[in-house]
Amino acid sequence: MLYAILCYNSEDDVGAWSKEHHDATMARLGVVQDGLAAAGRLGPVARLLPTTAATTLRKGRDGPLVIDGPFAETKEQLLGFFVVECASLDEAIATARDLAIANPGAGAYEIRPIAVFRPARTPAQTPAADGGGV
Amino acid sequence: MNELGWIDRALVAARPQAVAALLRYFRDLDLAEEAFQDACLRALGAWPANGPPRDPAAWLILVGRNSGIDGMRRRGRTEPLPPDEVLSDLDDAEAALADRLDGGRYRDDILRLLFVCCHPDLPATQQVALALRIVCGLSVRQIARAFLVGDSAMEQRITRAKARIAAAGVPFEAPGAPERAERLAAVAAMIYLVFNEGYSATGAEVAGRAPLCDEAIRLGRLLLRLFPAEPEIMGLTALMLLQHARAAARFDADGAIILLEDQDRSRWSGPAINEGLALLDKALRHRRRGPYQVQAAIAALHARAERAQDTDWTQIERLYAALEALQPSPIVTLNRAVALAKVDGPAAALALVEPLEPALSGYFHFFGLKGWLLDRLGRPAEARAAFGRAIGLANSAAEAAHIRQHLDRLDGAEGPAA
Repeated sequence: MLYAILCYNSEDDVGAWSKEHHDATMARLGVVQDGLAAAGRLGPVARLLPTTAATTLRKGRDGPLVIDGPFAETKEQLLGFFVVECASLDEAIATARDLAIANPGAGAYEIRPIAVFRPARTPAQTPAADGGGV
Repeated sequence: MNELGWIDRALVAARPQAVAALLRYFRDLDLAEEAFQDACLRALGAWPANGPPRDPAAWLILVGRNSGIDGMRRRGRTEPLPPDEVLSDLDDAEAALADRLDGGRYRDDILRLLFVCCHPDLPATQQVALALRIVCGLSVRQIARAFLVGDSAMEQRITRAKARIAAAGVPFEAPGAPERAERLAAVAAMIYLVFNEGYSATGAEVAGRAPLCDEAIRLGRLLLRLFPAEPEIMGLTALMLLQHARAAARFDADGAIILLEDQDRSRWSGPAINEGLALLDKALRHRRRGPYQVQAAIAALHARAERAQDTDWTQIERLYAALEALQPSPIVTLNRAVALAKVDGPAAALALVEPLEPALSGYFHFFGLKGWLLDRLGRPAEARAAFGRAIGLANSAAEAAHIRQHLDRLDGAEGPAA
């Protein structure tokens, strides 16, 4: 079974981390990730830009509506996500529109630029691997 | 102590919202600040044992309001308390208060708090000092260090600025749409002022003032969360992020200025550039052009160029022309001349620059650019004269040293001037 582990925290708080605190935290997280990667258990890892960089496509009866800012409702739940390469925000919005047309009705797509992306690492790609990867 | 860093960060993050709400309740800046201080002290007592409250700002507002009212009673203040309807929910649970905060009134609260700092009677440096003290919560000592003055001088400056605001009266009525737009523009200008106080620092000032850039960016993001659909606020925040991204590459080990084209671009901050570009992208979709967006677009062209020679100067020259149309100023024209020199050569740029002399006769960068253009046109005597004027107008030792290099090179090439 694949599990997604989603990260929640205050972006004000994390944004105010000192460089030392940031680097030390990333180093500790890196150790955990390396262990998972060596065991062939690590899928893609992403860090998102702050919510101020977000745009939301709200689905509705009259077609999708583009709203600046993050998805703010609490009545709906996070059900899934896509990672898509886009040349611009316009292209990202167009892509979300395609998704909305394919799956009309209620709900929304929050479009968030990715700050850091690490593709899935299989054992063959990690230094600790013993060469058994395909 | 380190593991309690989260409390400090939570207090700093909650500060604008909490002080802004307390200002609305008490209608007095000093009372609001005092109440917030009390609430922070109680948080330092309660949070380590109980863990963080669900909504730190709501907790601080509730506790600060109660402590402020207690304090007023103790001192037997005779001024009437604010009307009942704003105080009637004193016993409300934190959750109910948090729900109300989500209702949107806090948006105007924070805008008001920022707006009182940009009162037109206050000189720019006082606006900046006040915002850093009241909104960002920097200590008087930190602010004094940034402005290279003593603690007591800065304390006095802030006290005087507050007295001026109190005398002018804080606007407490909920703003209508035009007032809100006006306040937003004034606040954006003040935030950019805070940023530039940090960004323009050179030499020994850099250590004390660099944090001002971070504070200004934090304020930009705060404003953006309150007004998520304002393209100029996106543009302002993008502009600050894109400029600040170069911070680590702008000075050499001795504090001398490194020009944009000579900077080690690998030292530019990738995350700040990505965030700035994403915000600019968002802003441009609105098709409502404004000065901050245009300046951010110029900064973005620099950020996108992997090497200095990849810079799209043609586009930059066009953007400066657009900025001239939006916000005519000889300084903008001077900047366009730099781009024009890259596109059409130094003669075209000099023709654009020369008519600006009456307006910019006291401006360091005017003579710096004029000297550089004359030098490139093979007119060393006139170049030397312009550089000489520039040195006399330098704002810092680093600027003077930079011009000195040009003069030394000219002298080296020509022999000593006759």
